[in-house]
Amino acid sequence: MPDSEGLPATLRLCVRRTPIRGPEGSRVVVSLRVPSDVSCVEEVVDLVVRHCCRGGWTDTRRFRFNLKVAVAEALANAIVAGNGEDCSKSVMVNAELLQDQIRVSVTDEGPGFDISALPGPTILPDLEDSNGRGLFLIRHLVDDVFFNPQGNSICMTLRRH
Amino acid sequence: MGFALRKVPGGVCQVGVEGQLIVGNRQELKSVIQDAVDKGERKFLIDFSQTGYIDSSGLGALVSLSKKVREQGGELRLAGLNEDLRSLFELTKLDTLFAIADTPEQALAGF
Repeated sequence: MPDSEGLPATLRLCVRRTPIRGPEGSRVVVSLRVPSDVSCVEEVVDLVVRHCCRGGWTDTRRFRFNLKVAVAEALANAIVAGNGEDCSKSVMVNAELLQDQIRVSVTDEGPGFDISALPGPTILPDLEDSNGRGLFLIRHLVDDVFFNPQGNSICMTLRRH
Repeated sequence: MGFALRKVPGGVCQVGVEGQLIVGNRQELKSVIQDAVDKGERKFLIDFSQTGYIDSSGLGALVSLSKKVREQGGELRLAGLNEDLRSLFELTKLDTLFAIADTPEQALAGF
């Protein structure tokens, strides 16, 4: 969808890399505001992973892959299920880079959902079902997963083991 | 990115996935395979040798396509998954649903 400058809205991504002094030591915060367009997912995931895994860290290939899966699944959920692919709504992606872990939150502008209605983390979707594997994958590939009470924001922690 | 389908010896339709199979392009793959099914094709091989990532939507699209092909008496096989992608199939138990070969050549040999 073209914006007022004639550029596709999908290209208007904002990355802020801000060193912050906090109780957990020096950290970096990477933030992106993402249009509710599934064609953005690949570019945004690549941006997040690139920014999270650069610097002095020697993250393994497996760590980068798990981060990529988690961000891709959470972002797709937020765009499709959360915002209903409504181009007037955005998804906020925030990544906190700490010495020993990465915390990524993905927040949509949807009404949220009932967290208690979620299947347990070990419940697999039916093999023949074409949906329902996103959250399952997230829960298996990151160290901690939390939702806000409204159910429109997911926070995922990956520890640098 | 497009999904080019080509007919290889043995009457198999082979489709390569370059880059990623994700929420943004899975519908395109579904259309390519469905069109071929509608034209009477029954043997399909999807080659992931050039694929870096498949998300849950992509996995779901493969499940859906496999079901449609089987309903028409055909078969859809997969090949060329790297170690990370294969781990996703194992984690979701989809490795029990699909015939997965290490290489396209191995998949074609058994068709």
